[in-house]
This record gives sequence, structure tokens and C-alpha cells, in this order.
Amino acid sequence: MTVRPVSPTPLGPRGAGALRRRLVVGILVVLALMLISLSFRSGSDGSLGGIHAAGATVLRPFAVGVERVAQPFRDAYNWVDSLFAARSEAERLRQEVEDLRQRAIQNEFARQQNLTLRALLEYRDGPSFPGDFHGLPAEVTTRPTGAFTQAVVVAVGSDDGVRVNDPVVAPEGLVGIVTRVAPGLSRVQLLSDQQLAVPSLDLRTSASGIVRHARGTRETLVLDRVRKEDRVRVGDEIVTAGWAASGFSSLYPKGIPVGAVTSVGQTDTDLYQQVQVDPYVDFGALDAVLVLIPETRPR
Amino acid sequence: MTAGLALRAAAVVFVAALFQAAIFSSFSIYAGTPDVLLVTVISLGLLRGSVPGAVLGFAGGLVVDLLTLETLGLTSLVLTLVGFWAGRYAETTARGRLMPLFLAVGVMTVLAGFFAFALHYMLGDSVVVRHALFTTLWPAVLLNLIVAVPVHALVRTLVGKRTTFQPAGQVELVA
Repeated sequence: MTVRPVSPTPLGPRGAGALRRRLVVGILVVLALMLISLSFRSGSDGSLGGIHAAGATVLRPFAVGVERVAQPFRDAYNWVDSLFAARSEAERLRQEVEDLRQRAIQNEFARQQNLTLRALLEYRDGPSFPGDFHGLPAEVTTRPTGAFTQAVVVAVGSDDGVRVNDPVVAPEGLVGIVTRVAPGLSRVQLLSDQQLAVPSLDLRTSASGIVRHARGTRETLVLDRVRKEDRVRVGDEIVTAGWAASGFSSLYPKGIPVGAVTSVGQTDTDLYQQVQVDPYVDFGALDAVLVLIPETRPR
Repeated sequence: MTAGLALRAAAVVFVAALFQAAIFSSFSIYAGTPDVLLVTVISLGLLRGSVPGAVLGFAGGLVVDLLTLETLGLTSLVLTLVGFWAGRYAETTARGRLMPLFLAVGVMTVLAGFFAFALHYMLGDSVVVRHALFTTLWPAVLLNLIVAVPVHALVRTLVGKRTTFQPAGQVELVA
């Protein structure tokens, strides 16, 4: 049995409609591919980067407006959500306050001793947090729109003195780094992105390694390249290591809290320990951050 | 599509893109995030046809890419194809079907997820396969199906339904 179309004319009313349809979608697909190519190749510096930044700046007030409208509902949701965990959280925090009070007293003694010894030795150091930076508070205007992007957009940009590679922190600890700037807007790559690697160390043992995203998870981090001799324990605090050598320094100043060790393991075949770190920052619930601007940068 | 209707449809997509980028992207329920813009584009494609679906998908994607300082054109490409496919589905196969909206939203969420993953992979972005294609995708399908009914009802109220779609190609038996 054979079938054939009732209307064989390809450009009849229906044929013309089909041609128009294919033409429109073809043009849009080609346009999208061209935009992807140009945007990918030029980054934030090329001509398309300027158009991108201008478009983002124009749209910013609308996004801020929507954010403001939604804020009371978000607050209400967070309030209800926090009620369920309030009792257990309060008990845990009471215990933590006790521990921290003891440690604060010991740390104050150590700090005074450290200052005295540094003065005696005329010790030279790289940039550290928070002394050598001032924090630029910024509201998070846009969050990751899918599982593919680990970045947020914050409401400060090049006209506020922000530059690419400026570190970004929250009250809890390190958030990430600025990867793209526009007037009034900056894109911050989160620490949960696989492309970020932060030189860090264990505060208790000074064991150093590189914090990066753990493969196969969303927000868990690993402290990579920790030697087997180092005695890292569950609960140890991990902070940025920072370094300075030959006029260069780490993008991340030393002393920014990153997270706490949740598991430590090693096998005979591995060269290094497997240290898993739970970040202090909840990357999914960021509302405001501080962009760290070096004090040495002219304002 | 009249100019007034086109403006209204553009406004709907614009607002959906703003809400998606500023609000819904931060809601994570069982690791999934509802994609209101995707559902809106599907809804517009189903109601107004393939060409408006593709054009509005492109525009909505562009707004999201601009707002998030993401690679320009990435979301546009995905949503152009989503809008076009939803429109074609409505113009041909969906006629007479019971639940074209749910089928379109479910299938397109999965396909858009896989397509976006492929695009990001080709651009050299580091994406966790298990997280992108399994951990977050299936909750996202469920959430999109949940928001599909109210979003579709709202879009239908604002933009209306195209009265007639061009009939699907007819054939005759010759032997």
C-alpha cells in the first residue's frame, strides 16, 4: 500500500507556512549559536562583553524589584523553616558557645604572644584577612538557574571598585571569587564549582592542601593533596592558607574559614589522604556577601 | 498573532524570566528547582503555536542569560527548541490528547536537561553528571509538573488560546 500527500504543491498555503516556520526557528538557532560562540570567545572583555554588561545593567532594576517583592515571602518561609530546627539548634549553640568562650581566652593569649614575637623578629607576611582588605557589602540578586551553574550575581560591580579575581566571603566563611564584572553587577563563581581550587590548611595541625569541589556531589568539598603523615581529624577547621612569593600572592588571603572536616580516609595505593570538608557557607541560601577589596587598591 | 497579544506574551515571558532568575532558582526542594520559565514557554508554545513559542523561548532565554551574566545564547538555544517543539506538538500530535500539558512539560524538562548538559559539557564547563542528570533532574520534573497547571492557567488567561491550528498534513491511499 502506498500513501501520498493530498496537496503535492510544496509552497501552497500550508507549504509556505512550513517554510516560514522552519526559517524562523533556523534563524533563531543560528543566532543563538552565534551568540554562544561570540560570548564564549570574547569573555567579559570583548565587544559582546560590553553589550552583555549593558543589558545586565538595564535589567538589574527589574530583578531587584522582583527580589524586593519576594523578600517578605522568602523571610516568612525561612522563619517557618527555622522554627522546626530551633530547639535542637539552640542546645547545640549553647554547647558551642561554651567551647568557644574557652578557646577565645586561649586565643587572646596566643595573639598577644604572636604580636610580640612578630615585632621582635620583624616578620614580613603576605596579605591576610580581614586586616588587609575592606569588605564591600553586596546583595545577591541572581542565584544559579540550574544544576549546571555554580555562580551568583551580586549587586556591586566595576564602578564600585570590584575587579575580576576579588575574593568573596559571607559571615560564615569563603564564598568564591569574582569571575566577571559589569557596572553595578559582578558574577561570583562559588566554591562549589569544580573549576575553583583554594590553597588551604588545617588550623589545628597546619597540614596544607587544596580545597576543591568533591566529584559526584553538589556542595561537599575535599581537601586534596594532604600528606599521609599529617594527622587531620574529623571536626578540624579548614581555613585559606594564602601565600606570597616573588611578588605574587594567592588570590585568597589567608585566614578565611572554609569548612570543617567531616571524614578522613586513606588507602595503601593513594599518595594522599582523602579529607572531606563540609563548607561553612550554605551556597544555596546566600542573600548577601562581602566582596574583599585590597586596602592597597586606590579607591 | 496581533501586536497587542504579542506584547502581552512578551511581557509574560519577561516576568517569568525575572521570577525564575531572582526567586525560583533559589528554591531547592529535594535538590530540584522548579523552572517556571521553561513551563511558561511550553505553555505559550501549546497555546499559540511553534513560531511564537520559538521566538518567545529565545527572548526569555536571552533575559535569563543577561541577568545571570551566563554565556549569552545558551538558555536561548534550549528554550527556542523547547518552544518550537511544544508548538509543533500542539499543532499536530497533541490534538485530541487528554493531557498534552503534562506530557509536554515532563518530556521537555528531561530533554532540556540533557541538552543543556551537553551544551555545558561542550563549552568545557565542569558539570557533575550524576548531580545534573539524576539528583536534580527528576525532582525538577516533578516540581515542573506541579507548577504546570497554575502557570498554564495564568498564561491562558493572559494570552488566550489560538482558535485554530493548521491541520496536520493529510494523505491519501493510492494503492
